[in-house]
Amino acid sequence: MIEIKNLHANIEGKEILKGLTLTVNAGEVHAIMGPNGAGKSTLASILAGREEYEITKGEVTFEGADLLELSTEERAHLGLFLAFQYPVEIPGVSNVNFLRTAINETRDAKGEDPISAKEFMAMVREKSKIVELDSKLASRSVNEGFSGGEKKRNEIFQMAMLNPKLAVLDETDSGLDIDALRIVAKGVNTLKSADNASIVITHYQRLLDYIVPDFVHVLHDGKIVKTGNKDLALELEEKGYDWIKEETQVG
Amino acid sequence: MGQYTENELAKDLENQDYKFGFVTDVETETIPVGLNEDIIRLISSKKEEPEWLLEYRLNAFKTWLTMSEPNWAHVRYKKPEFEKITYYAAPKQTKKYESWDDVDPEMKETMAKLGISLEEQKRLTGVAVDFVMDSVSVATSFKSKLKELGIIFCSFSEAVQEYPELVREHMGTIVPHTDNFYAALNAAVFTDGSFCYIPKGVRCPMELSTYFRINAGGTGQFERTLVVADEGSYVSYLEGCTAPQRDENQLHAAVVELKALKDAEIKYSTVQNWYPGDKNGVGGVFNFVTKRGLCEANAKISWTQVETGSAVTWKYPSCILKGDHSVGEFYSVAVTNNHQQADTGTKMIHLGKHTKSTIISKGISAGDSQNSYRGLVQIHKNAHKSRNFSQCDSLLMTDHCGAHTFPYIECQNPSAQIEHEATTSKIGEDQLFYCKQRGISEEKAISLIVNGYCKEVLNQLPMEFAVEAQKLLAISLEGSVG
Ligand SMILES: Nc1ncnc2c1ncn2[C@@H]1O[C@H](COP(=O)(O)OP(=O)(O)O)[C@@H](O)[C@H]1O
Ligand SMILES: [Mg+2]
Repeated sequence: MIEIKNLHANIEGKEILKGLTLTVNAGEVHAIMGPNGAGKSTLASILAGREEYEITKGEVTFEGADLLELSTEERAHLGLFLAFQYPVEIPGVSNVNFLRTAINETRDAKGEDPISAKEFMAMVREKSKIVELDSKLASRSVNEGFSGGEKKRNEIFQMAMLNPKLAVLDETDSGLDIDALRIVAKGVNTLKSADNASIVITHYQRLLDYIVPDFVHVLHDGKIVKTGNKDLALELEEKGYDWIKEETQVG
Repeated sequence: MGQYTENELAKDLENQDYKFGFVTDVETETIPVGLNEDIIRLISSKKEEPEWLLEYRLNAFKTWLTMSEPNWAHVRYKKPEFEKITYYAAPKQTKKYESWDDVDPEMKETMAKLGISLEEQKRLTGVAVDFVMDSVSVATSFKSKLKELGIIFCSFSEAVQEYPELVREHMGTIVPHTDNFYAALNAAVFTDGSFCYIPKGVRCPMELSTYFRINAGGTGQFERTLVVADEGSYVSYLEGCTAPQRDENQLHAAVVELKALKDAEIKYSTVQNWYPGDKNGVGGVFNFVTKRGLCEANAKISWTQVETGSAVTWKYPSCILKGDHSVGEFYSVAVTNNHQQADTGTKMIHLGKHTKSTIISKGISAGDSQNSYRGLVQIHKNAHKSRNFSQCDSLLMTDHCGAHTFPYIECQNPSAQIEHEATTSKIGEDQLFYCKQRGISEEKAISLIVNGYCKEVLNQLPMEFAVEAQKLLAISLEGSVG
């Protein structure tokens, strides 16, 4: 699915990623954990194609393509989806209009016909149920006036609508109460299949009670410093990140 | 790939061409250039006008000679040379068309190029269109249906001939010829325009629409529109404008007067796309327009405008809220690009008790353009418990364009309630990135964001017109993918 090799990246002259390597295969769920400022969102932004970052070294292959050579929308058309840590508001643009445009642009890029209104609305009805999103929110302006939890659920709703190959979820759990967390996790689990994969970025272990990862990675100082299974997350919860930091320095 | 930045947008926007830059080969009849009493007499006699109207024109001309051009607006331009303008240009066939089939095919083609196909509009929406090309109305439709209801919708010249007492009663009562320099000029030399009268209690069953277009070179377009909605009536009136691409500046100085009698409602919508000049600021239309409406008791006037054209725009559709409980509304989108300059806004004059006004203005500036909102809210002594809400938003597409807001408030009644909100924002990188991450191209993303930003205004337009306006906005912001 995706292969990230020795990725180095700067922003404003400051090196944030310092040789990150990660491979994700179809059917897998990877969790990336790490302290604040470790570079988790940076990684997500770079994968999605945000251009403030300067890639100084390394390569990323996604579905056989050289990801770093593609534009943001081309990456999206190939099936890369980013659930934003801070979803953006677009006043005056309804969620449904936004999604229909997104779906049709993707279809167009693949040489397919636009989706019919009927098919689209049926899909909206079906997918909004997965995240228990009030159908009213579907017709409201994109994220405008949504509560924090609604914004995050809306991200998962969009993910369901766009049906990506690889979903990167950037702290989708932060700011959620336990019910919202459960709903978001249910969404992610429902959408999981043998053909797709996800990278779940999180700060806390609790999301991983609901979304069971195949691998847990610790990102620290721009690198993956430790990889394990679900138990690693529990260990981190218990001991914090300091022991990892120490271990890394010793190593 | 190349990331989308405002600077790139700026560059891309400069490359967009005016879509309506063509000249139709309709033979026109013009009169000698220049402006003096003889020219005015000539115009009046060509139009076989009654004596009182000639007097009115000459009177206005005398007043005009004593006035000087206003210069308080936030615009700079080379003043038109009024001596070098042809004040009358009419398509040569003077025959009036009985039906749509009789209309010159060339002219139909012109209309098709305008983006709104009249035929399609007629078929799909039942819009009655009064098409004003170079100042003379050449096609009116659906007249007989309107006639059954007693609705008068015709060219101004025809109204002068057919309904002189109505024209004489109302013309110049809302925008007197002494009002301002351009209103005086218009009153002296206007060639045609539209006239509309809705009788008591009648709800006009279709949108009435006029298409204005400047075609001949070196001509000024001075049309007058007069809409009178009698007690308890309703009308929705649409006005669209385009002009071909020419190097010299063309002058457009129109006057629009609306009168909403007791309990009546007038909705007046404009989509203005006059030629804005090229990317170096050469050519383009000077659009100096006086639009004003008067509301009697419980009446309502709503102005909606989408302005994307003209080199210089100077325009303030206003409402005089004379009657108690009357309502005035102003919804505006003004896009400026390259070297365009717009100084536009509204005046809400509250005279009656419990009068209410709403102002929603959305400015979008790109290129090196200057976009100003200028609005006056005036609450007079007797306007007890009057209310105004104003919201003026500006969206900037580049670092070197300008957005300015000049809200004036004059309040003489302490029971009035006035609210004013203003925001200025730059088109958001975050919004663009969010759209692109979902697979939406830059061009579509800009169009989505801009349309979303203008939604409150676009929502006020009749459906078909709103679609055209959205297309126009997209054209104005087209070509943004490098
Ligand atoms: N636009 C930016 N300009 C400068 N520094 C940045 C920018 N974005 C992120 N950083 C820095 O990069 C580091 C990693 O940030 P981030 O990827 O957001 O961390 P995380 O998501 O793991 O908390 C932090 O030190 C942060 O201050
Ligand atoms: Mg982060």
